[in-house]
Amino acid sequence: MQTHLQRLEAESIHILREVAATFAKPVMLYSIGKDSAVMLHLAMKAFYPAKPPFPLLHVDTTWKFKEMIRFRDETAKRLGIDLIVHINEDGVRRNINPFDSGSNLHTHVMKTEALRQALDTHGFDAAFGGARRDEEKSRAKERVFSFRNSGHAWDPKNQRPEMWKIFNTRIGKGESIRVFPLSNWTEIDIWQYILQEDIPVVPLYFAARRPIVERDGMLIMVDDDRMKLHPGETIQERMVRFRTLGCYPLTGAIDSPADTVEAIVGEMLTARTSERQGRLIDRDEAGSMEKKKREGYF
Amino acid sequence: MPAEPSADEASLRTELGRQPNKSLLRFLTCGSVDDGKSTLIGRLLYDTKLIFEDQLAALERDSHRYGTTGDDIDFALLIDGLEAEREQGITIDVAYRYFATAARKFIVADTPGHEQYTRNMATGASTADVAVLLVDARKGVLTQTRRHSFIASLLGIRHVVLAINKIDLMDYSRSRFDEIVEDFNAIGAEMRFESVVPIPMSARHGDNVTARSTHMPWYDGPTLLEHLERIDVEEDLAAAPFRLPVQYVNRPNLDFRGFAGAVAAGTVKTGDTVAVALSGKTSRVKAIFTPQGEATEAEAGEAVTLQLEDEIDVSRGSMLVAPQTRPHVADQFAAEMIWFDDHHLLPGRSYILRTETQQVNATVTDLKFKTNVDTMAHEAAKALEINEIGTCTLSTQTEIAFDSYGFNRSTGSFVLIDRMTNATAGAGLFRYPLRRSANVRWQALEMDRAARAEIKHQKPGVIWLTGLSGSGKSTIANLLDKQLYAQGHHTYVLDGDNVRHGLNRDLGFTEADRVENIRRVAEVAALMADAGLLVIVSFISPFEAERRMARERLPAGDFVEVFVDAPIEECVRRDPKGLYARAQRGEIANFTGIDSPYEAPENAEIHLQTKGTSPEASVEFLIQWLRDNRFM
Repeated sequence: MQTHLQRLEAESIHILREVAATFAKPVMLYSIGKDSAVMLHLAMKAFYPAKPPFPLLHVDTTWKFKEMIRFRDETAKRLGIDLIVHINEDGVRRNINPFDSGSNLHTHVMKTEALRQALDTHGFDAAFGGARRDEEKSRAKERVFSFRNSGHAWDPKNQRPEMWKIFNTRIGKGESIRVFPLSNWTEIDIWQYILQEDIPVVPLYFAARRPIVERDGMLIMVDDDRMKLHPGETIQERMVRFRTLGCYPLTGAIDSPADTVEAIVGEMLTARTSERQGRLIDRDEAGSMEKKKREGYF
Repeated sequence: MPAEPSADEASLRTELGRQPNKSLLRFLTCGSVDDGKSTLIGRLLYDTKLIFEDQLAALERDSHRYGTTGDDIDFALLIDGLEAEREQGITIDVAYRYFATAARKFIVADTPGHEQYTRNMATGASTADVAVLLVDARKGVLTQTRRHSFIASLLGIRHVVLAINKIDLMDYSRSRFDEIVEDFNAIGAEMRFESVVPIPMSARHGDNVTARSTHMPWYDGPTLLEHLERIDVEEDLAAAPFRLPVQYVNRPNLDFRGFAGAVAAGTVKTGDTVAVALSGKTSRVKAIFTPQGEATEAEAGEAVTLQLEDEIDVSRGSMLVAPQTRPHVADQFAAEMIWFDDHHLLPGRSYILRTETQQVNATVTDLKFKTNVDTMAHEAAKALEINEIGTCTLSTQTEIAFDSYGFNRSTGSFVLIDRMTNATAGAGLFRYPLRRSANVRWQALEMDRAARAEIKHQKPGVIWLTGLSGSGKSTIANLLDKQLYAQGHHTYVLDGDNVRHGLNRDLGFTEADRVENIRRVAEVAALMADAGLLVIVSFISPFEAERRMARERLPAGDFVEVFVDAPIEECVRRDPKGLYARAQRGEIANFTGIDSPYEAPENAEIHLQTKGTSPEASVEFLIQWLRDNRFM
């Protein structure tokens, strides 16, 4: 009998192969986090002994943690996979940034718009994302193969039924599909799989003493000198780690001593807050993730 | 704020050791609008500690704003994720939820009870092992209960939990419980479920969901969670004959050719003989790759890559099978269809049939009856509407391999895709193959133009290329012919070469002969279109009147006039057959463009300028036009 991790693994591999077999130009959105690490690991298995027949795409907002960028480049090199890095240069020129522009505008311009630019420029017709259905309410109803019109928009009320393991991969000109191989994984499944398979992840997930500023109830790590302190704020060294990784000014750390994968799994089993609690972008307004997704956000 | 100490080291290891070896159970919940489905799932997530503090805080806020439970937390709000649902208080789409206990990981498909969303229930049921059917203790077994049971049973669910909810509102009455169980057994008997376990509960207050109720001492069965943790749903798929639908051919270099896919049934070992279902060719398994690395054996459920000893023809869509027990191979078969699309299923219409890995053109040849999901009665029908279920015969363009759905869900299922919108229009369950000669049921169709075209999966028509000699008609006609052929279309080219030498051998180049020439070509083209072909006519056809005559010979919309346009100077320069040179020397009389007029079309459907445009580009444009205008 297969364990639950083996069943999830087999399902994800099936999805990865289905895309490679039916789309002309797929790409894997690689966000450097733990979910991307698992998705990439599964892709290496799915096509073994060949390399995955698609490149990785990282949409760089220019505000990612430095350690993430280092890890990204090392990973692509270690696995010998093509990596495309896309930055919305127009956003850079307009000086869009999370501090002055607000998280909403920053995310829209540097992530959503940037992603659309990258997909259009390269003509990708299918894009893998590492999103899981347990992350957020609107994700729970998204299909594994999520159809997007030529404007990259998602229509939650007009989704294709997904029966059995049969996926309707047919699209018209200019349309595309977002594919989520990790749909049925939960956060704890991800960590247990990382433990079981010994998958490298960004060291920021493990506890260490880091320079932290408390702002709006979140623990923000000062990753470079672009972060200006507000009156009354101080930088303190704290033993923290990250449950999710995004742009450093928008991603809150948690106090934790967990410095190994085993310790993280242990912490997870007793955790009382959800992982997206540390993500500012979900809290902007009610239904905020659904809104972003309709606009083409992953 | 100091960090909380992590869990005790020893118990953590125990937990870790146990967790990865959990089994996985997929179940769906279904019920009518107010039966309390979402509340039940919210309760399961809450009691298994899958709701986190920040989610709980948001839930308390929302409960005040939208809630229907007074000061209590409204668990339904946690589940009804999309904005519209929060506003309207209904669940409009299937949602997936996850929770785990020490023994099992659970994937829950929460499927709506609304009548118009039957397709969502079928979607949830297609991958579920167990169905939890909710019944409101106050209302008892309703029409919807019967419908949900029928769909669950149709999709192969063998285990049912009858969740008799809101029993608190019936004073925890045992006699009410017994009454509902009896009512359900009356309908459940027809469904042939392997197990039906009724549980009295109150999802809102938590009775018998995860904790035993103190209000019902008369009930000595399991709580819902206990039952879900213990139920054995393992079908012995590994003992069934081997099936591997080939998903992807992995060919990194000349020395490696691997066939990747998910094993649908049975086991496979290195050295085993396997057959290709369609061709019947056999080979032996040389190597097996699983996610755990190279292996000597793999079984149902695993995603594998197989290498074979011999170079036999295997591609995506092929099925590798046990040679002694092969699947059905047929191009006519009976199936149950569940319809999802606003456009009705119509016998005679052409769809794309898709199995797990195979794709082929298909036509529903006969709709035998539809099944009334409320009474299970068979009713005559000419079409299937959205959310209706019917029994059909289908015919595919080429043979396909399949098993009956009862034998295997993976190799026994398919969907039909609308050719125009690409919508997933319906789901099908293979039942049995039909022998071609005995079972071709065409009585639903007149043997007419539409019927002949339908079997060719195209709309017939005449593509009439007109233009000066040397304008590029023949090149475009031949290229178009090739490309349409390559895409599986049935075509024929009529041009001067194949008509003037035979049918029109008696005609010269006078104006009268030219008119007769075109009349005959138009008649032949019309007959061929009637037979279902896409006819490409490549003739100078210089006169507007004859082109109009040809147009009027066909039904409106079936005649496509294409003006292949190049300046006369360019045509003279090209002069592919040396005819202009001869005409200019006076060796040919009545030559169009030299001493006979060409009336340029004014109402052509398509105007192609061939100077400065490659024939390939012209043909691409033509094909797109044909596609847009639904000839293919």
